Amino acid sequence: MQIELKDNIKRRNRTNGRFRYLIIAGAAVTVIPIFLIVGNLALKGYRQINIAFFTEPAPDTFQAMTAASSGEIIPGGIANGLTGSLLMVLAASLLAIPLGLMTGIYLYENREKRYAGIIRSLTEILQGVPSIILGIIAYIWVVKNITRGYSALAGSVALTIMMLPLIIRSTEETMLMIPTTIREAAFALGVPYYKMIYKILIPVSFSGLATGVLLALSRILGETAPLMLTALGSPSISFDITKPVSAVPLLIWDFYNDPNMVNLVWSASLFLMVFVLSMNLLSRRIASKRKYI
Amino acid sequence: MSDTLNSEPVIKIENLFIAYEPGHYAVNDVSAVIKRNSITAIMGPSGCGKSTLLRALNRLHELYPDIETKGEILLDGQSIFSMSVIDLRRKVGMVFQRPNPFPNMTIYENVVAGFSLNDIRLKKSQRDEIVENALKSVTLWDEVKEFLYRKGTFLSGGQQQRLCVARAIAFNPEVLLLDEPTSALDPVATSKIEDLLVELKKQYTLVLVTHNMSQAARISDESMFMYLGELVEAGRTETLFTNPKDKRTEAYLTGKFG
Ligand SMILES: Nc1ncnc2c1ncn2[C@@H]1O[C@H](COP(=O)(O)OP(=O)(O)O)[C@@H](O)[C@H]1O
Ligand SMILES: [Mg+2]
Repeated sequence: MQIELKDNIKRRNRTNGRFRYLIIAGAAVTVIPIFLIVGNLALKGYRQINIAFFTEPAPDTFQAMTAASSGEIIPGGIANGLTGSLLMVLAASLLAIPLGLMTGIYLYENREKRYAGIIRSLTEILQGVPSIILGIIAYIWVVKNITRGYSALAGSVALTIMMLPLIIRSTEETMLMIPTTIREAAFALGVPYYKMIYKILIPVSFSGLATGVLLALSRILGETAPLMLTALGSPSISFDITKPVSAVPLLIWDFYNDPNMVNLVWSASLFLMVFVLSMNLLSRRIASKRKYI
Repeated sequence: MSDTLNSEPVIKIENLFIAYEPGHYAVNDVSAVIKRNSITAIMGPSGCGKSTLLRALNRLHELYPDIETKGEILLDGQSIFSMSVIDLRRKVGMVFQRPNPFPNMTIYENVVAGFSLNDIRLKKSQRDEIVENALKSVTLWDEVKEFLYRKGTFLSGGQQQRLCVARAIAFNPEVLLLDEPTSALDPVATSKIEDLLVELKKQYTLVLVTHNMSQAARISDESMFMYLGELVEAGRTETLFTNPKDKRTEAYLTGKFG
């Protein structure tokens, strides 16, 4: 009896050990590419990253060619892409955050209503629409009809539509975690409905909402396809929302298409990757430090 | 002892019906009176409609449009349905089954939440006074005066529940509704709350839902026994416990159900 038991434990330990290796191997297979990508970008891209990289717009082909042929660092940077991205992300956030929050709260407050069910399904469908199609839609709505030409506004609209389902979803899910009794405590003090929402629901779920917004932002920061059809790109720094602007991912595409600017592809990609990664980590940090719920 | 002097009713419930689903009355034709400066216990097996009856008294059911309420409830002779909700809820405070301090607020902010959430402006000195008085009334002041600016959720369950009582009485209500306020607490915290309620009835009128018979016997002056949505029997607690008129009350008190 005793011996049998020991034997059993031994066998179990062995199986356990094998599984452990399998899991470690599986994890490695998924983690190694990330390190390879970041390492590769860092090695090839770090040389171009200096102050000018952030303060100057992209070089023209001629400047890049002379620098490349003499083996020097390519002059210029991604400032036009940074400002364009900033402008569009800001405009998209201004549209998507209030709209997404309101829709999410509406869905949460009217969970059982048929109309809410329809909106919820539409949101899910929207999340699955390929981003290039959202670009086409923004092209038709804004480029053709509002700004009558490629514009930052059109890009923002495309990005807004991408952000919306993510924010709506995270808002509804975060609110669902607030116990009903907290809401009722506010009502029992005579607090009207709308005040309960902005003085209790939103503050209580703030970190959850912030996490959702940050994830939506990191999702749109790298979007390229819809911007090609809307913001188009621009060689200079511009803050005019009715005019074409560049964006960091658009610049990466431009650099890629110019054989003299290959080095800038790596630097710009490195920057974008690190930026999005830190945004992701930040949202995780906020999520893990959730104070209230 | 003071019952004969102060037996004037604060709340009068007349033929009250409440249905969550059409035709299914969770409260079925209940008429009753709640006497001033007393503790009225509402007893009965789980699901008999105690919470439903209690939540009608501050019109909390109105949050859920599907709930149907029929009948009349008078507070000091005035129909509560003709009052503004904020006035009613300032006069009729509520403490819930689970402690529910606002998690985004400090202890201090929780006590004055009724004012701040309703945008009722107070001077700092007024607020300080309300906080200190309310916390003293619930015997929490000495325990928390050092950390008034910490989150209320950092307190123990029993302390949180006393904080919730403080939040309700900061408004200086007439009536305090309590829905099984000790069911989530340990015996020590429970007995503290019970002592507190006995103390509070000097100033307020308390309506206490409990499915703990001994609690009702210990601290209540008046008792109601509900069964399947009906008010089976109501009266002095001693009388109801020693000499129940209805067979169902007797069965409940002797532990035959619930
Ligand atoms: N939100 C609700 N929706 C539908 N039915 C409910 C709801 N709340 C309570 N009920 C029903 O109403 C009856 C009374 O419930 P309740 O007042 O909570 O009882 P008690 O507090 O005495 O345990 C029960 O049959 C319960 O199932
Ligand atoms: Mg109940």
